[in-house]
Amino acid sequence: MLWNALLLALREIRRNMLRSVLTILGIVIGVAAVIVMVTLGDGATRQVASQIESLGSNLLMIRVGQRMGPGQRSNAPAFSLADALAIRRDVRAARAVAPSSSTSLTAVVGNRSWSTTVTGTDDAYFTVRNWELEVGRLFSISDLRGGRAVCVIGATVRRELFGAMDPIGETIRLKSMACQVVGLLRAKGQSTMGMDQDDLVLMPLRTYQRRIAGNQDVNLIQVSVRDGFSTEETTKELERLLRERRNISASEDDDFSVRDLKEITNMLTGTTRVLTALLTAVAAVSLLVGGIGIMNIMLVSVTERTREIGIRLAIGALEREVLLQFLVEAVALSSLGGILGILLALGASIGLAQLLNLPFVFNLGIVLIAFFFSAAVGVIFGYFPARRAARLDPIEALRHE
Amino acid sequence: MIAVDAPASDPVPLIELRRVSKIYGSGVAEVRALDGVDLQIQEGELVAVMGPSGSGKSTAMNILGCLDTPTQGSYRFRGVPVESLDRNQRALLRRHYLGFVFQGFNLLNRTSALENVELPLIYRRIPRAERHRLAHEALAMVGLTGWEHHSPAELSGGQQQRVAIARAMVTQPSLLLADEPTGNLDTARSHEIMALLTGLNRERGLTVLMVTHEADMAAYAHRVIRFLDGRVVDVVASGGPG
Repeated sequence: MLWNALLLALREIRRNMLRSVLTILGIVIGVAAVIVMVTLGDGATRQVASQIESLGSNLLMIRVGQRMGPGQRSNAPAFSLADALAIRRDVRAARAVAPSSSTSLTAVVGNRSWSTTVTGTDDAYFTVRNWELEVGRLFSISDLRGGRAVCVIGATVRRELFGAMDPIGETIRLKSMACQVVGLLRAKGQSTMGMDQDDLVLMPLRTYQRRIAGNQDVNLIQVSVRDGFSTEETTKELERLLRERRNISASEDDDFSVRDLKEITNMLTGTTRVLTALLTAVAAVSLLVGGIGIMNIMLVSVTERTREIGIRLAIGALEREVLLQFLVEAVALSSLGGILGILLALGASIGLAQLLNLPFVFNLGIVLIAFFFSAAVGVIFGYFPARRAARLDPIEALRHE
Repeated sequence: MIAVDAPASDPVPLIELRRVSKIYGSGVAEVRALDGVDLQIQEGELVAVMGPSGSGKSTAMNILGCLDTPTQGSYRFRGVPVESLDRNQRALLRRHYLGFVFQGFNLLNRTSALENVELPLIYRRIPRAERHRLAHEALAMVGLTGWEHHSPAELSGGQQQRVAIARAMVTQPSLLLADEPTGNLDTARSHEIMALLTGLNRERGLTVLMVTHEADMAAYAHRVIRFLDGRVVDVVASGGPG
């Protein structure tokens, strides 16, 4: 019976091809819009998450002073190398602790110059920020202890100062110091905020303190938390330790801040998700409108085929058999719309993902949901016309012109 | 399913109306379309129903065809009280025991003769191959071999009515209800259709109940029942064409 009803429905749809296509256009657009929104939203969320991930996972950043507003921090004494060593020694959850200080400087090689960020740190920095070497080496113990004039550079600095040339062993001039390039970092690309992560020069902390900053300050301590340890707990432990070391009394606020990178990740991906949900809701409305279109055309169809319904009822069709026939027709229409919408959406989201430079994330879940939703639209909006057909009085229906 | 057993000999008539009334509206606007009709039709009869329009014959046919129910009185089909059946049970009764032929043919448009004839078999859940075979047979019986794949628009009126008869007969019903089956046909075609119906009646023992306006069509029947103002006024044994 169901099979016959399906054959019949497909025949009816074919007979009124133009009308059917126009009717399901709403569903096609609705389904396509929902899938495209979710797919692009997934892509954006994934991109944000992976970019933050590339900064380093489970990363805590400890800065001097409290954030006062955009770009402003309260004044407070800097950290020292001893603070970083204390964390390394006392905080069990810390996998790697990287003290660092940075400043903006112009680097010069021959007649080329490039303004970049110069950071003094140690080998832990590579661990906490997930850096990998392209060529060369990291800092050796004697580099670090002796404060040697060596540096590791990012891909952007290499491009601007050396072009295609091999930078290893070459010398970069920073202020009055000359510094030998020992390593080149593998490129990471842009960060979520649109900053070029590869625009950096790294040197041993001691070299930086002596030759560039002229003090013993450490401005930033980055701590990578071991897997299985909570960043919240570790944050509390770090705060406790640093308050003690900095002699902050119980009544005073912290004069430093610990930021959890996970919070930023959650915040950013959360924003993307909310946006996706809103757009999806808007797209879902067009599915609803498509459903109303189907109901409309099914009512027209029932009226047009009143006599046919009368014949069927007269020769012994049951109410539920007539109901099924029209319901199947409505569902066939809306599912057809769903299938076309899915195809359209896949094409459109692959194209748009490329255009917007987002990863294309195929979400089978949303495709299935969209398809079943479109079928459900057929059931919901087809039921009323189908019931009207099934409830027809055969005598009246046979008399219908 | 409704059990409608074949009669042992002849104590139960195929159709029995007892004091059947059909009343539309109420109070001052009350219309008695049927007013206490008594009627019996035995298995194997060919009966013509005549009467002016508004005489209640259409209402009677609708009740006899289980498309409608009486307001009062009882209608027994092989002893089964139809007025106590619900809509679905009456549909099943139509599906299994009744065949309909209409004045306007009432075939499905844009659907081949074969598919039109197969339609009642689909509702009987007959498998596809068997359906084809039975429909071909039925069309052959009405002389339409070779016309199976023509749509109603490609057939003449007489041919369309033959398709309709094939559709009614394909399920081998106990009763064929024909509502002015020759009303839309010329004289020659009308006589062909009547010859077909009388042949089915004679050879297969099919009970035929037929509404007609034309006396020469009624002459084919064994009995002619006349309706007037919702009552049966006259039952004439006609004896058929012999």
